[in-house]
Amino acid sequence: MADIDIKHLCRLAQLALNETEHQAVRADLERIIAMVDQMQAMDTEDVEPLAHPLEADQRLRPDEITEVVDRDRYQRGAPATRDGLYLVPRVVE
Amino acid sequence: MNEFATIGELARGLRQGDYSSVELIRHYLARIEANSTLNTFITVAEDEALNAAASADQAFERGEAGPLTGIPLAHKDIFCTQGIATTCGSRILENWIAPYDATVVDRLAHAGAVLLGKTNMDEFAMGSSNENSYFGAALNPWDSSRVPGGSSGGSAAAVAAGLTPVATGTDTGGSIRQPAAFCGVAGIKPTYGRVSRYGMAAFASSLDQAGVFGHDAQDLAVVLSIMSGFDPRDSTSSDRADSWLTGVSESGLKPNDEGLTIGLPSEYFKDLNEGATLLQAAAKEFENAGCRLTQISLPHTDAAIPAYYIIAGAEASTNLARYDGVHFGYRCENPKSLEDLYQRSRSEGFGIEVKRRILTGTYALSVGYFDAYYLKAQKLRRLIQQDFLSAFEEVDLILAPTTPGVAFHTGDLTDDPVAMYQQDIFTIPASLAGLPALSLPCGFTGGLPIGMQLIGPHFSERRLLETSALYQQNTDWHQRHPEVA
Amino acid sequence: MQWEPVIGLEVHVQLATKSKIFSGASPAFGGAPNAQACPVDLGLPGVLPVLNAEAVRMAVMFGLAINATIYPYSIFDRKNYFYPDLPKGYQISQFDHPIVGPGTLTIQMENGDTHIIRITRAHLEEDAGKSLHTAYAGMTGIDLNRTGTPLLEVVSEPDLRSPAQAVAYFKQLHALVRYLKICDGNLAEGSMRCDANVSVRPLGATELGERSEIKNINSFRFVEKAIQFEIERQIDILESGGKVKRDTRLYDSERNETRSMRSKELSDDYRYFPDPDLLPVRLTLEFIAAVKASLPELPQARKARFTTELKLSDYDAAWLTNDPAVADYFEAVLATAHDAKLTANWIMGDASAALHRDDLEWTDCPVPATELGQLIARINDNTISSKLAKTVFEALWTKEGTVDEIIDARGLRQLSDSGALRGIIEKIMMDNPDQVAQYRAGKDRVLGFFVGQVMKATQGKANPGQVNELLLDSLKREKGSEE
Repeated sequence: MADIDIKHLCRLAQLALNETEHQAVRADLERIIAMVDQMQAMDTEDVEPLAHPLEADQRLRPDEITEVVDRDRYQRGAPATRDGLYLVPRVVE
Repeated sequence: MNEFATIGELARGLRQGDYSSVELIRHYLARIEANSTLNTFITVAEDEALNAAASADQAFERGEAGPLTGIPLAHKDIFCTQGIATTCGSRILENWIAPYDATVVDRLAHAGAVLLGKTNMDEFAMGSSNENSYFGAALNPWDSSRVPGGSSGGSAAAVAAGLTPVATGTDTGGSIRQPAAFCGVAGIKPTYGRVSRYGMAAFASSLDQAGVFGHDAQDLAVVLSIMSGFDPRDSTSSDRADSWLTGVSESGLKPNDEGLTIGLPSEYFKDLNEGATLLQAAAKEFENAGCRLTQISLPHTDAAIPAYYIIAGAEASTNLARYDGVHFGYRCENPKSLEDLYQRSRSEGFGIEVKRRILTGTYALSVGYFDAYYLKAQKLRRLIQQDFLSAFEEVDLILAPTTPGVAFHTGDLTDDPVAMYQQDIFTIPASLAGLPALSLPCGFTGGLPIGMQLIGPHFSERRLLETSALYQQNTDWHQRHPEVA
Repeated sequence: MQWEPVIGLEVHVQLATKSKIFSGASPAFGGAPNAQACPVDLGLPGVLPVLNAEAVRMAVMFGLAINATIYPYSIFDRKNYFYPDLPKGYQISQFDHPIVGPGTLTIQMENGDTHIIRITRAHLEEDAGKSLHTAYAGMTGIDLNRTGTPLLEVVSEPDLRSPAQAVAYFKQLHALVRYLKICDGNLAEGSMRCDANVSVRPLGATELGERSEIKNINSFRFVEKAIQFEIERQIDILESGGKVKRDTRLYDSERNETRSMRSKELSDDYRYFPDPDLLPVRLTLEFIAAVKASLPELPQARKARFTTELKLSDYDAAWLTNDPAVADYFEAVLATAHDAKLTANWIMGDASAALHRDDLEWTDCPVPATELGQLIARINDNTISSKLAKTVFEALWTKEGTVDEIIDARGLRQLSDSGALRGIIEKIMMDNPDQVAQYRAGKDRVLGFFVGQVMKATQGKANPGQVNELLLDSLKREKGSEE
């Protein structure tokens, strides 16, 4: 049974769990991964992965401007905006 | 007015002038109010509905009515609707108003349907019981101590309780079929690509499909007819023309009389307890109606649940990364840094099941695990699809149970995610293969509905719906209704 | 210890499409904040990407121009990380199935040396938005207009061996994408940005040293200076016995140094996987052939033609073909002028200076190519002197009229009538006997005085060549006859 680094996964997924949640989620994930690990015993030699249920190719869109942007409408209800910009706590590069 | 009326009946009533659309809508709004304890709606759009009904009445006066003009419906709260909140059952989108309509919403509105409101659902479509909603669980109208199923629990229960004749839903691993079975109504998941996903909040992009709940196959056909079709905004939308589907509101749904060969997968029937007898009875109905039954095998059935939870989890983990509190949706109070903003907004905004799925998906995609999980799951997906394709060389349709049993009690499975996942054991395989499938009520056990599932080859909605019409011609399970207010 | 720098460049080229790569919004530079960010760009719930055909065509054009493999089957992947300028929480890019495979780009140094630089691959992806850090106290402002602008990321092998080579490569790429009209090449607006991977190793070693990545350099000068600084920095570390740490750095042009970046993405694990909202891109042989047929003459071929056919110097040919707008103008002028060298001189000299003075682009040059061509033709057919041609040029610049109209209106026609000139010369000689005597006594420099006098007498219109010839003849004749 692989050792699941919950803290690492939380960092990747930007989730913060408190101690209780952490324990509960760890237990849940162990059960879930044990369940999916059943896959390992199944033979998939020489099988091509299926990414999309229907075999089809990407359609190409004509290069035209089709969007009329209503910025104020999209920003209504946004958490924090000023002068049309979205605001977040200062990011240092 | 018969609260369990079908669209056909309502359309006739409207055309004949038995009532106006405004009266009809008032009637349904009152029913929703009277049954609010079922918690099937997150938002009831009373004003918008009455306005739309008034417009519909005017259309009737001008002689411009179509098959859905003035007919009430409800949308699962996962479809974007301008002017009315779209919450996806989550705190993250509480009160969020989309600046555009989903293609499905737009098409149905164009056809004159009147939106009553947005129905309850498991958060971001993740769940099989509608217990994962930030807005509280939805209840099963047959027994309010039991779940209606999920994730489209609100829509299924609303139709079952006669609060709306039809409602839309989405099905990723069974989220239309399973609640349809638990609530004793019909529900269809079309072929992947049949219906546009534009404007439908994404859970698992290669699995999600919009579909519909109704009382009978005819209603499913009419609504599906309007919902489906190529959409240039969705790269995965199929451009395959289907003149039968487009024209079915005019032509009407006719019971199938071809004497089809129907396969029963041995893997689906082997551990079936509740409902086994009912499924056998349903099979017999088909035999009596001239169909041939035969046993088939779908040998990779056991791979379905693990493969699904990896694929759906992986896709969901990235589809939900946009909910970061930056430019829309829930943001935590007084974030101290960017990282704090992300972590607290997402942790406070998402429920526990969503977090589990995101972490599962993140795990499956992370460095070192990709081949063993994601790639492996995709390979199993190919094998599962091949099982069906081989089976369809022998049979025209597959008959199977929809669920392992009847609706379980609220709280029974909330502590055991894996046990909850097992609820979808019969519905997941068709989702992985992208095949159209539907569930019809086929009886009762202990007063609770049982559903049977029909699965067809890609783009065989006609065969599925005509076969359903055949079944419903000879049975009356679809005319049984719960006692509601 | 002799050290060898090893440099590879990753250049992000913004493709000059009308709409964005996955949405129908405009990618034009400079709009009001977020006024060009549509729901698809914002990553709102339920939106989906649809691929722009022109971005694909441009990528294929580029691949063909560098003689690269064009993959008939390519996939878009999600590159997952959290950053406020990335609204979906992932960037749609191409990971292990890019559209363009290995190719080459030849660079030529100032001393004439050429190097073939291998390009590993080029792939399509979407650009992210912009962060404005300084305007708001304690907050960063996010503008998502740039989100979804199509990018072609061109990755070179670590084949470059000096900052000068790196600049030459970047410049060559810059010229190429403008020739192909797939990018406007406006570095100030960020149309091309460069990340440089730099390491050093002992000269003669085959293994690569640890590298650092300098991100987002957007001028030729800074490419050179940033890489130079980084090479020296690494050499200093290694020579004092330390080890170079792999990291990501930014170039600070004010201080001329590179600085380690605070980790931008909160983890390195991008969890690439195929984007399930997009299907595989399949290109037919017919499509690729059609794009190939539409390729314009490439900069190097044009330069070679200028040197071999037009007999221009390497320097002139390079100057003229660097920018396709200049080369086009040159050839248009040449069509009327029929004199490659003189045309080159006028373009590289007067025309270029005037454009620079008035801050204009070549495409806005007020002198029509045919007129400049005509001016050169009039010099060559002796209608006008080179000196007065400059006056005509200025008049053309302010659109006074055509070349011939200006010459006639201003009476600038060169005086070439030898009879008239002789008369003028003889009068000047009569009026300046001392200078005549000085010349005949051997002071050759006095010729200049006479030339000046003739020019003055003819208001500069005398044909200088003829004046010289006739003066020498007149002055010498008298001289000779004394003997």
